[in-house]
Amino acid sequence: MRKFLLPTLGLALLLAWPFIAEIIGSPALITLFTRMMILGLAASALNIALGFGGLVSLGHAAFYGIGAYAIGISTTHAISGEPFLGLVSGSNLLFVNVLVAMLVSGVAAAIIGALALRTSGIQFIMITLAFAQMIFFLFLALKAYGGDDGLTFRRRNALFDLNMRDDATFFYVTLGFLLAWLAVCARVLHSRFGLLLGGIRQNERRMQAIGVDTFRMKWIAFIISGMGAGLAGALMANLGRFVSPDLMHWTTSGELLIMCVLGGSGTIIGPVLGAFALIGLEATLNTWTEHWQAILGPLLVLMVLAFRGGLARIGGRKP
Amino acid sequence: MKTMRIMAIAAATFCAAGAVQAQEPLKIGMITTLSGPAGYLGLDIRDAFQLAIDMQGGKLGGVPVQVLVEDDGLKPGQGKQISEKFMKTDKVKLLTGIVFSNVALAVVPDVLEDGGIYVSPNAGPSNLAGKECHANYYVVSWQNDSLHESAGSNANNLGYKKAFILAPNYPAGKDALEGFKRTFKGEVIGEVFTKLDQNDFAAEIAQIRAAKPDFIFQFHPGGAGIAFLRQYQQAGLLEQIPMVVPSPSMDAVTLKAIGDAAIGVNVSAQWNSDFDNPANKAFVEAWTKKYNRPITYYASQGYDTALAIGAALKGTGGKVDDAKAFRTAMMKADFVSVRGNFKFGNNQHPVQDWYSMKVVKGADGAPIIKTNGKISSNTGDFYAKDCKL
Amino acid sequence: MTLVLEQLLNGLQLGVMLFLLAAGLTLVFGIMGVINLAHGSLYMVGAYAAALAAKITGSFLLAIPAGLAAGGLTGMAVEYLVIRHLYGRDHLDQVLATFGLILFFNQTIILLFGRQPLFVQIPPALSGAVDLGLFPYPAYRLCIIAAGLLIAVGLYFLIQRTRLGMLVRAGATHREMVQALGVDIRLLYTIVFGLGALLAGFAGLMAGPLFSVQVGMGEQILILTFVVVVIGGLGSVAGAFWGALLVGLVDTSLRAFLPQILRGMMAGSEADALASGISAMGVYLLMALVLLIKPKGLFPGHA
Repeated sequence: MRKFLLPTLGLALLLAWPFIAEIIGSPALITLFTRMMILGLAASALNIALGFGGLVSLGHAAFYGIGAYAIGISTTHAISGEPFLGLVSGSNLLFVNVLVAMLVSGVAAAIIGALALRTSGIQFIMITLAFAQMIFFLFLALKAYGGDDGLTFRRRNALFDLNMRDDATFFYVTLGFLLAWLAVCARVLHSRFGLLLGGIRQNERRMQAIGVDTFRMKWIAFIISGMGAGLAGALMANLGRFVSPDLMHWTTSGELLIMCVLGGSGTIIGPVLGAFALIGLEATLNTWTEHWQAILGPLLVLMVLAFRGGLARIGGRKP
Repeated sequence: MKTMRIMAIAAATFCAAGAVQAQEPLKIGMITTLSGPAGYLGLDIRDAFQLAIDMQGGKLGGVPVQVLVEDDGLKPGQGKQISEKFMKTDKVKLLTGIVFSNVALAVVPDVLEDGGIYVSPNAGPSNLAGKECHANYYVVSWQNDSLHESAGSNANNLGYKKAFILAPNYPAGKDALEGFKRTFKGEVIGEVFTKLDQNDFAAEIAQIRAAKPDFIFQFHPGGAGIAFLRQYQQAGLLEQIPMVVPSPSMDAVTLKAIGDAAIGVNVSAQWNSDFDNPANKAFVEAWTKKYNRPITYYASQGYDTALAIGAALKGTGGKVDDAKAFRTAMMKADFVSVRGNFKFGNNQHPVQDWYSMKVVKGADGAPIIKTNGKISSNTGDFYAKDCKL
Repeated sequence: MTLVLEQLLNGLQLGVMLFLLAAGLTLVFGIMGVINLAHGSLYMVGAYAAALAAKITGSFLLAIPAGLAAGGLTGMAVEYLVIRHLYGRDHLDQVLATFGLILFFNQTIILLFGRQPLFVQIPPALSGAVDLGLFPYPAYRLCIIAAGLLIAVGLYFLIQRTRLGMLVRAGATHREMVQALGVDIRLLYTIVFGLGALLAGFAGLMAGPLFSVQVGMGEQILILTFVVVVIGGLGSVAGAFWGALLVGLVDTSLRAFLPQILRGMMAGSEADALASGISAMGVYLLMALVLLIKPKGLFPGHA
């Protein structure tokens, strides 16, 4: 029973959240929770590489940002009517754009993954960081799409006949995407692929010995993970109707890692909990003092030193 | 917390003034950059804005006001959240404060779309100055390109012919070089884009030495600009090849940091602390008395923004709901700017005078920025012609 | 031609700066198996301490011990309080804890020094330019090159010829064996970490008079240092040295010569923009290339 109780309660709270926020008179909380869900999705995507595949990527902000830029670029082209590179016309449909975003970030993850997976351990961490940094600077210099200034577009992408400008509507759309993504994660974790991945994480050599193409498995996990981050980026771009290289700053990668670990990497729901906890903590500390990072930093260190396993495993629950 | 404190200050001065009115103070939302290396820009804008309110006894144009201040951390997304909170939760209609163009570009279109009014004390990006100008969007500082155009004119006036120009490889950097070339009449013999996070310029300085230009124009925001200037001076080039910079590269704070190494640098700006007009003297004196720290362009812009808003509020009797009436009052620019001449152009950006300045040794030995003369009068901006207001 | 020589010297100078940081990072990884993202913070601490000492005493000579002490002591404190508990832990935990340290250090520096960059005056004796026959070169930069190369030689002797170096080498390859032989491995770890921090602090104090001393300066250079360490091979000090020089030279040459080369092929401003783009990504492309050929880096040090 207990296994289902908490998720059900959580879901009920989320479903009622826009109403609660209106009642307590702070509608800005709706957007805050939308942001939490989107970052939760991104953390959960990272978790496929990190928690399931054991690949510590410090460069996922790149895929997140690429997904967001795919939306930004496609939408601006749809508004201006000029085709992208003179070839493809932009789109203002959410589903089309989300697919494009996932595709593009998947390709980026495939390329970066193919190179980075030649290494492992610390080198892998450093290389994913370096590649993400390279992409960050690329977008910073990209004058056609705003570069440092970013890219603003007036309208959120269209989905059926919904009024996407309404924050509550967008909240539910995001919730829908988040639930769908978590369902995918659950499938991956319990499929043959997921089991093999777990085996590689625990003992790669043994898996190689029994004939598993471990490189390919890790590569696929990295690509799926990148695509999920791209999806989150796509939603974030729609939430703010704005993209900038800021999204792919390396501290974003760090924060995604924190969310995973805080919530419990390798669990389905953990990274989402972690995102809620971290963003909530940031928002709270921020109202106390502008020097909140001086508090958050040591808290983080303490968390790592004292507390293993993450929120989702409190009470001895197994992933 | 920060918001609370400012509210308390505003309330205290309001009570102290003894002006007991039933009227609720008008809320003004200020989104600005207070953290990060560029935090002092927002700090000066905020403090100067507050200074103007204090000097009018807690009011602007006779209307009691209350300023809500929040830090955008130079993050466009954060700026956007704050503006939403201001407009939806606090029901603020009048916003100001943004320092950086990237934050402004994310925030301002939304504010305008939701029926708000925005008055910029600093950022004046080209995207919002031309075709996309807006009836409820005012800029009190300058259009970004004007900074670099004035540097180009400054170089002409100084009689320089051969230029070597440098800026970081990002839109603001490219705009800087384009703006400079728009007014500079001589020949550009070298053009270099540096990396945005670069702070070692040895390779570029060697190129400059080899190219032997008459002067260089460089624009590097923040610490990088200071590093460039110092390394340039260390290489012994500052005496041989003079440097022309726009005002963001040389304000009172950066000057204090660089010290004597800056002596001889040519600056152009729309305001300087040594301007000899009564409004400016009163402002500089009040600033020094209250804050006692170097006074920057940003402070003057924050102060002028408060005065401009005050003039508009006086015209409408403190109402901001009727944007049209506010606009009529605002466009008169019925206030005495600390920079002297000030008008709004058709795109609601300033039409003003630009001045040539030079860093020299002051009376007490410390370097100061000294105004030498006018570069141009009643100068509008390049994009005004595209604006159909 | 003289321009080429001058630019090579500039590349060398960037290279030795990177080496000072990379050496510490690679040692800490090689011996303890710890990835320390906060290595850049030690560089920043060194720079701030030196800037403060120089401001108070007015002497750059006194700033040197201040920067070294601050870097080294902060490093040892960090090792004692945090890093020590991360040995043998997941790399992920190490990344998170040291990421937390970065947040802490950056914000604490803001609290103590404010947000505006600090500046250190160059010592008067080194402020001019030295005529090298073909071209004048800033004396201070020459001094950095000399100091960096001296330290590289010193490190070589320390590691190859002393007992401590022997333990370091043994620890890098056979950690458990060294422990089993009864060496006080904790002390060794603290010393090695302190040494790495000392070098980072030294790089920081040398950087002060050239660049602005500001919050975030550590992360800026940290990522470049990662590239150096990956190219050189994790755990290898020799790899860090050659990797740093390679990165320094490639980065400087791309910035210095690519615009001219491209300007011969296309319009001026386009060439400049493209050259700037390529040179910004140049070192990362170099890293990708090295990894394609030698996934473990040029001098794989750690088994």
